Order: sequence, then C-alpha cells, then structure tokens
Amino acid sequence: MIRLRRLRFRGGVHPEGNKQSTSNREIEPLPLPARLYLPVQQHIGAPAEPIVKAGDHVLKGQLLAHSEGAVSAPVHASTSGTVVAVEPFTASHASGLPVRTIILEPDGREIWEERAYGGDPLTMPPEEIAVRVGAAGIVGMGGAAFPAAVKLNLGSRQAVHTLVINGGECEPYLTCDDRLMQERPREIIDGVRIMLRALGADTARIAIEDNKPYAVAAMTAAAAAYPNVHVTAVPSLYPMGSEKQMIQALTGQEVPAGKLSADIGMVVHNVATAHAVHRALRREQPLISRIVTVGGGAVATPRNLEVPLGTLVSDLLDACGLKETPARLLAGGPMMGMVLPHARVPVVKGTNGIIALTREEVSARAERPCIRCGRCVNACPCGLLPLEMAARARHGDINGAADYGLTDCISCGSCSYVCPANIPLVQYFNFAKGALATQREEKRRADETRRLAAERTARLEAVKAARAQQAAERKRAAAAKAKESA
Amino acid sequence: MTAQTPVIGGPHVHAPASVPRTMAMVLLASLPAAGFGVYLFGWPALNLLLVTITAAMLSETLGLWMAGKPVRASLFDGSAVLTAWLLALTLPPWAPWWIGALGGAFAIIIGKQVFGGIGQNLFNPAMLARVALLISFPLEMTTWAQPHPLLAAGSPDFLTGLAITFGHAPHIDGMSSATVLGHVKTAFTQGHTLSESLRGHFAPATSLLGRTNGSMGETSAVLVLLGGVLLLQQRIITWHIPLAMFAAIAALSGLFHWIDPERYGDALFHLSSGGAMLGAFFIATDPVTSPSSVRGQWIFGAGCGALTWIIRTWGGYPEGVAFAVVLMNALTPLIDHYVRPRIYGRTRAGAPIEPTAQQRETSP
Repeated sequence: MIRLRRLRFRGGVHPEGNKQSTSNREIEPLPLPARLYLPVQQHIGAPAEPIVKAGDHVLKGQLLAHSEGAVSAPVHASTSGTVVAVEPFTASHASGLPVRTIILEPDGREIWEERAYGGDPLTMPPEEIAVRVGAAGIVGMGGAAFPAAVKLNLGSRQAVHTLVINGGECEPYLTCDDRLMQERPREIIDGVRIMLRALGADTARIAIEDNKPYAVAAMTAAAAAYPNVHVTAVPSLYPMGSEKQMIQALTGQEVPAGKLSADIGMVVHNVATAHAVHRALRREQPLISRIVTVGGGAVATPRNLEVPLGTLVSDLLDACGLKETPARLLAGGPMMGMVLPHARVPVVKGTNGIIALTREEVSARAERPCIRCGRCVNACPCGLLPLEMAARARHGDINGAADYGLTDCISCGSCSYVCPANIPLVQYFNFAKGALATQREEKRRADETRRLAAERTARLEAVKAARAQQAAERKRAAAAKAKESA
Repeated sequence: MTAQTPVIGGPHVHAPASVPRTMAMVLLASLPAAGFGVYLFGWPALNLLLVTITAAMLSETLGLWMAGKPVRASLFDGSAVLTAWLLALTLPPWAPWWIGALGGAFAIIIGKQVFGGIGQNLFNPAMLARVALLISFPLEMTTWAQPHPLLAAGSPDFLTGLAITFGHAPHIDGMSSATVLGHVKTAFTQGHTLSESLRGHFAPATSLLGRTNGSMGETSAVLVLLGGVLLLQQRIITWHIPLAMFAAIAALSGLFHWIDPERYGDALFHLSSGGAMLGAFFIATDPVTSPSSVRGQWIFGAGCGALTWIIRTWGGYPEGVAFAVVLMNALTPLIDHYVRPRIYGRTRAGAPIEPTAQQRETSP
C-alpha cells in the first residue's frame, strides 16, 4: 500500500535534540549503591502496602510491598540485603515532600528469590498475563507510570485491535529507549507479542522517531519474522511521544475528546514497558531496574545506565561526574520533566532520565507581555488557542479558559517553548486545570449534599405522611369500634 | 551538591525567539526599503524618520511612566521604534517635522498606551496615526516630493534638508507631484481614461524598482518584497496574510480590468503601487492586531486586500491600505472569536468526535 498521508499531527515543535552524546554509547550497569530507597508509591494510583519491617533480610526480586486496590503496583527488592528502615523519605517529585520508603542495605550477594517457571506466555490465558504483569510491579515506563496491567486488561472490556508501541522518545537528551531498542530489540518484540496476546489485539504498530535510524533498523530486523508487528519511522517532532499525537501520526485517527484510545480500539504502551513485560513473563523477573539517561550540559560523561530502582540520583551523578553545579536538575526530559529539589531522591520506575542543565541551557529570561504573535497557536498539537486560555487563566477566569478547551490541553509545553515573550503558558494551564478539578469536585459535593438533603426531607415527609395515615386509620378503626359497640 | 532549585514547571529549554529579537528582525527586514527611501528623497526623509522615532520614544517613556510600568525594559523592547519606523515609511518623505512628531506621539499614546501598552492595542498604531494625519492634514499628507537622491546634483543639501523639514523651506511645490495612484484618481474625475492618464506616469519597472515619488519606504516594491521574504524565512510572519491580501487585490483588479480596461488598473499596477507591498508584509502582519488562527488570517488578509482595492477604486482617497488595515483590525476580535482551529478529538463545532464502528473494530 502506498502511503500518501503524511505521518504527523498538527503543530508541534523542534527542540534541539542533544541526543548525540549518549545515543552511540552502550548501556552500562551501575554498581550497587550503599543504600536503596524504594518508595511505596512509584506509580499513579494507590500506594503499595509494605509487608517487611526493619531488620528483615530480603532476597533480590522479593515482594516488599503489595499493591492496594485496582490501580496500584507492588514494589520488589532491587537486590538482596537487609531492610534498615521503613520511613518517610524525599520523593522523586518537585515538591520534595516525603513518602513512605523502604530503605534497603544491599549485602552485595545479589541472591535471587527462587521463582517457579510460570509457563509459556504465548499459550497462557490473556487474563493470566495481565495478572502476572501486575504482580511484577510493571508500570508505564515512558514516565507516566500508570500500572501496565490495568491497560493490558482493557482488551477484556472492549475490543482492542491495535497495540501501539511508543518508541518516539521525543524529549531532548533522552536516549534510554533508543539504546534499549538498539541493544535488546528481540526482547522488546517478544514483550510486544505477549502484550498482543494479553489484549487480544491483532496488530502491533511500533513508532520510532526518524532521528533514531539504528533503533529503527534493529527493531525492523527483530520484527521481520512477525507479520502482525510493524515498525514505522515517524517524523522527529515534539510531542510525538504523546499518546494521542502518536496515534494521529501513525493512523490518521483521533481519540475523541473525553475518551480513551481504547474507545477507538487502540492501546499505547512504551518500548521499555514491553521490555519489562518480556523479563517478567519469560524470566520471572519483577521490575527492579531500569535504563536511565544521565545527561545535560553539566554532566561530565553523559551515558545510559541500567540502574537498580531506589538508587539515589546523587549516585548516578557521581558515576557520570559533574562539570559544574547544575542550574536545574530534572527527572525526565527538559520539555515535560520535573525539577528535583536536590539529588538525594531515588530513581523510581518512571524515571527515564536525570538531566542536569547548565545556566546557559536553561536560558531563563524575563517574562514580557503577550504580543499575540500566534506562535503558540501554530505550535499547539491539540488545536487550542494558548494565548486566549492563558489570558483567562491568569485572571482566575477558569470557566473562560475551559471554554477555550482547557481540558483538551495535554500540557506538552510546546506553547511555552516557542513563546517569544517567555510566558509560562503551560504553568497557567496546569494551575487552571487544578482549579477546575477543585471547582468540579466542590460542585459534585454540593450536588451530592443537596441530593442527600432532598432525600432526607422526602424520607421524613414520607414517615410523617405514613404516621398521619396510621393515626387516621387508628382513629377510623376506633370510631368504627365505638360505633360497633354502641 | 546541587543548588536548591525553585519549584518551576517545564519546559526547561526554550526556542531562541524573543520579543526584542522579533522587533529587531522586522526593523532589519525593512532596512533595504527604508535605506532606499532615505537615499531617494535625501536629508529631509532622514530628518522625518528621526523626528518620528524620537517623538514615539518620548511618548512611550511618558506612557510607561504614567502607567507605573518599568520604563527601561519596555522602552528598549524595540516595539516603539518599530511603530515609528513603519509610520515614517508611509509618510510623504518631505513632510514637515510636526507631521512626524504628531504622528509618532499619536501612534504611541492613542494607538498603543491608552489601550494598555504593548500587545493590548486594537488597531495597528502606525496605521491609526497615518489615518489620523491624513484626515487632519490632507495637504501635507498628499504633497509628494519627486525623487531627489542624496548627494545628487540639484538635491537639497544637509542645511536645505533641515529647512525643508523644520519649516523655513523654499516652497517645495515645484519639486513635487502626485503619486501614480493620486494622478490616476484625479485624471479619472476629470474624465480621462486609464491609458491616457497612465501614459508617461506609470511604468511597471519603475514602480517595481521604486524610482518614483511616494511614501518614504513604499516606492520600491522589490525591496519591500525582499524584506518580506526575510520575514518569512525567519518565521517572524507566516505567508497567509500577505498572500491572501495579494490574492484579493489581484483577483478584484484582474476581474474589473478584464471587464473595463480603460476604467480599472490591472493587477500589476495595483500590487506594485502605493503601500500594497509594505502593507501586506509589514503592516497587516502585525501580530497584535491580526487574527491568531490560520483561517482567521486568510479572512483578515483577504479583507485587507479587498478593502484596499475598493477604497482605491471607488473611495475618496487615492490610497486605501491604511484604512483597509485599520478597518480589518476592528474586525480581528470578531474573527478570533468565531474562527478558531479545530481542537484535537473534536468537530469544528466543538463536540467530541464519535468513534465509528470501523475505528472500533478494525486496525487502520
């Protein structure tokens, strides 16, 4: 079939890639650090519940905290050693607030917990795959950290025909997915085939930005044996890695507003998630390590490290060296990554990069008034008018911003990136989204209260009416009796 | 180990664009046309340019100071200089100093600062000032000096230039004549046909290169086009408004010229004359006062073009670019309200797209 449609979406920006320093370097294992800090919340959803206490000796891969509820993920020991404490520790979050963390002192012996062979995943019932993926603690590894099992179960609720595998990696500096695809394409493709079975989907479409020719070649070769697994090179255009935009670029279809991609029969997973699924189902290994790109202008030797989960960011920076004190330290890429309060925070399941930017790279400039140049409009991949939304959000007119499509904003930051007046547009939108959610929640509560009050009134009225009726009946009965006896 | 960083959202990198850089690029792009204007009309043109800029800068300072805004940062963002610069390019080059001074002050104070400063104005300040000047001082605003190249024999020297601009000038009537557009309009009212009135007054090559009388920066269509191409290449402007404006002018003038060639000028005549080029690339593309969506820009540009041609053809003034732009500026909020890009996952009307059965069931 000849493809006439261009593989792209509306808008988008072309930030400087800065990937060359790490894209040609092999993934290197990071030696075990002195201590591992494993937060019970490394995912979207309910925190896991610890089942170990200080002093317990644990084996590598052993369950430390079990998942709580439908949307949650368990935590496993990244190595063998002793639990020294279960206490609050700074989370990998801009707030720097503490979360409950299992602190593990490795014994250096790396003794795996014995695990029974689970059987061939490609003949296993699909539900079983999702259960095992959930038990392995796998979450979306592109950064969002949504429990993967929940998304693999979607196939049981509605028909899913296409599994989209996100190898976009559109964020500057990050090359962890690129390297993974170059070095372990067969494992990824195997994970993809397992996920296809779990979803009951018939086709897998792997999208890789065309600035990663080696990854495209390696993945294409690994997928060649499987006619239902297709690899497509898509243009290097930020935010290609966004689920909705990737689906549009790949298929020309759009996810309807307010719906999930599964509503048009598609589910999107990251390449690293597919790799983790392979490890969990083929090697019985839970998610206890991940590839992290350590980069940015302040890093002496940028590289990709395979890091045990719970390793402190400072250990990663020590391994790669710093040329200067970073002006800004980020978890994730520079477009959507978050500022870390300091380097004494652990690497978690969603940490795809640690980026230490210099002052020049951050290029913080003073904000100026909007000159309505419309670059944000042209850059917005969602077809929104960022300048109009910001003008309203800025004055607290949340409903006005909502009228301009606030809830359709994916917070990709393309608008802020191009704004010549340096207006932090996306921050206004994130603020307004929070305010809108609060407003809706309050309205829901007020409605609920009103409903309960109305029900109570109705109930009381009913009781009153029933009593009145009973009284009337008694009266009538008494009257009848009196008449009778008279 | 790491400096305590403030809680700040992404993105943490930024495109090289900035407001001062944008303004500087527009100035740079108009430099060839402006330089040619100064060369062609000599010292008085330079004087007028400097007077207009000075008046605008003083007015900007006053406005910022009265509004309690930081003066230094805003004064040197380049916007006031640019407004004055563009206004001067549309003025008769030998106009007296007070035309430039009044125009510069009007553009900044009435055109910009009373609306709340940069980014807030409804009308293009330069065009608003030009319209105000044209209505108030029709004589001075339609007295067009013939080309007197700088340092050429017979051109005013520096002191004469000062005298022309600052008032004690020898009468300049003998050195001036109507622009082509003005001449055609007058000739038409006197009952002459177009071919009669254009004979000896209009040659496409002259009009394109610009060795003719007219506003300081409008005479050379080629040099303005050169600047426009630079703006497009630097992505300071997009091509939609200029193209829509040219297309509207060309379509209307072409159609009517075909109907009656003795009454209506052809497309080349209209596109290369007056302020069409400068207006399309430098004036109508003003981001503040033009729509922000691409479809809105099409409408806006086409409206500017159509109104320009209508005013030139049937209006009382020989030139209509300034009026056309100001009129369309007034429509910009309306256009922006009704013409918006389609949001991802929604129809143009804003309702969520309905997934089709085919989408749900078969892989694309």
